[in-house]
Amino acid sequence: MRWRIVSGDRPGHPVATALLLVLLVALAFAPFLFPGTRSVAAAARICIFIVLAASYDILLGYTGIVSFAHTMFFAIGAYGVAIPLANGWIGWDAVLAGGLGGAALAAGIAAAIGLLSLRVRKIFFSMITLAVASLAQLLATQWRDITGGEDGLTFSLPRILSPAFRLLSDPVLGVRIDGRLITYYLIFAVSLALFWLMLRIVNSPFGRVLQAIRENEFRAEALGYRTIVYRTLASALSAGMAAIAGALMALLLRYNGPEATMSFAIMVDVLLMVVIGGMGTLYGPALGAAVIVLAQYYLQPGLQALSDAAGALPLLPALFHPDRWLLWLGVLFILIVYFLPAGIVGSLRRRSRA
Amino acid sequence: MPSGPVLETRDLTIRFGGQVAVDAVTCAFHPGTLTAIVGPNGAGKTTYFNLISGQLRASAGEVLLHGQRVTRLAAPLRTRRGLGRAFQLTNLFPDLSVLENVRLAVQARAGIGLHFLGLASDHAELIDRAQACLARVRLSDRAGVPAAALSHGDQRKLEVAILLALEPQIFMFDEPTAGMSVDEVPVILDLIEAIKQEGDKTILLVEHKMDVVRRLADRVIVLHQGALVADGDPAEVVASPIVQEAYLGVRPANA
Repeated sequence: MRWRIVSGDRPGHPVATALLLVLLVALAFAPFLFPGTRSVAAAARICIFIVLAASYDILLGYTGIVSFAHTMFFAIGAYGVAIPLANGWIGWDAVLAGGLGGAALAAGIAAAIGLLSLRVRKIFFSMITLAVASLAQLLATQWRDITGGEDGLTFSLPRILSPAFRLLSDPVLGVRIDGRLITYYLIFAVSLALFWLMLRIVNSPFGRVLQAIRENEFRAEALGYRTIVYRTLASALSAGMAAIAGALMALLLRYNGPEATMSFAIMVDVLLMVVIGGMGTLYGPALGAAVIVLAQYYLQPGLQALSDAAGALPLLPALFHPDRWLLWLGVLFILIVYFLPAGIVGSLRRRSRA
Repeated sequence: MPSGPVLETRDLTIRFGGQVAVDAVTCAFHPGTLTAIVGPNGAGKTTYFNLISGQLRASAGEVLLHGQRVTRLAAPLRTRRGLGRAFQLTNLFPDLSVLENVRLAVQARAGIGLHFLGLASDHAELIDRAQACLARVRLSDRAGVPAAALSHGDQRKLEVAILLALEPQIFMFDEPTAGMSVDEVPVILDLIEAIKQEGDKTILLVEHKMDVVRRLADRVIVLHQGALVADGDPAEVVASPIVQEAYLGVRPANA
């Protein structure tokens, strides 16, 4: 019964279930378990990237569509919030209108790209998304009056979300209940709700058709499914989710610019999250998001500690030098892809089925 | 029983480059009739099927379904109008379970594919119907395994179960027993016989085995180099000189 509410879809392996539960508890109590601005920011980023990676998994893992425009939709949501707030319309209505407006715009653009180009062969569709994403990046950097160009937009949040706001005068469990904490829980709650919604969607009759399209589009057509409709709807849905994630990112940073939400580096991160976690599992990208954000935040300090510990030993301090963090991240990817070819959750599922 | 044909092709033609693969085939199919389509390899039988079910678009001529032109209609819309097709080369959802392969067909028939808030597992009646289709082809015990893990013969049975799940008015079988072991063939032939006994279904069957044709067919049409060269009673057509020459004569000795 509990699983039916979640969606009936299980992680599929005790280890995967345990990892997800640890992640859920850690995120739910992050400000109390890991107090500190940096660690709470890392937790918020994990929440946001769970939504972003899961929404990308609906395209890549469930429907078999390879798009490079996902960060464009992420950025549209972020600009949706940033533009009204940076122009002095500071209120909940601005956040809501900006976030939902951004999501609607993103879904509309995704549907248009889908209708115009999903009929072409897969590789050409991917190239079209790449072209559209580059165009959007150009627009964001050049249309300075609206987007702030390369510098981006810095803005204040509604009073309750601003760092200076105090909900309670006394700390709870040693943690100040301030605007930053409220922002974190807003991000956490919205992310959790969206992840749950996506879990329902991929296990709905609609989601099953998406899987059928991934497996054999020709056959899905022969069963009577108009696959262009399904693929377009999946694109729109995924884009809308990405835009809401972008709106949350803007709330977290109190800033938005091309580098913050639109860069190709983020697109690569999202791809890695989905592949490392396990395509077409939705739970996998959640774990993948956690792995990659944690690596980005803590690999460098971790290496510093290792390097110091290695002290006078030959070679090792140089090998563990914090500047080598990208090398170690690469090693981590190779190990995961080598030992878990279907991603963390995908490979665990296979093992429990075998 | 409606008297008119449920499916018709008029001068149906397709050319690939300079080659005419189906050449002005005019033919009508009536409910309650099983028509066998025979002809040597490369005669255009499967291409003719592809034109009827919409996987290929005709260069010229018309396809009529229930008296309406569907020549330009996409394949999924023809399926929704009661045209069901089992493919010659096994054409499944390989990583999905056997049951899910059939359930997707039941779901397509039920028209709830766009429901995205409820769960697929909430529709128990669809799962029951899928199970019933699997039982008819004797695949119930394999329901949980991925389709790719089935033997070739079982994959052919699954193909037929998917066709049953679509509950079509017109059944198109493309060599349903090809590659099946001897003990599996009767399951499929009995099933086709049972569909025929329902009386109101139109069945098209591409078949190479003459014993199967003699057992099941009410009518035989012969395609040769894309053209319809004979049409009539099975015994008559199979014995006619044109079939002896065009079909049996061309057939390689090792086939």
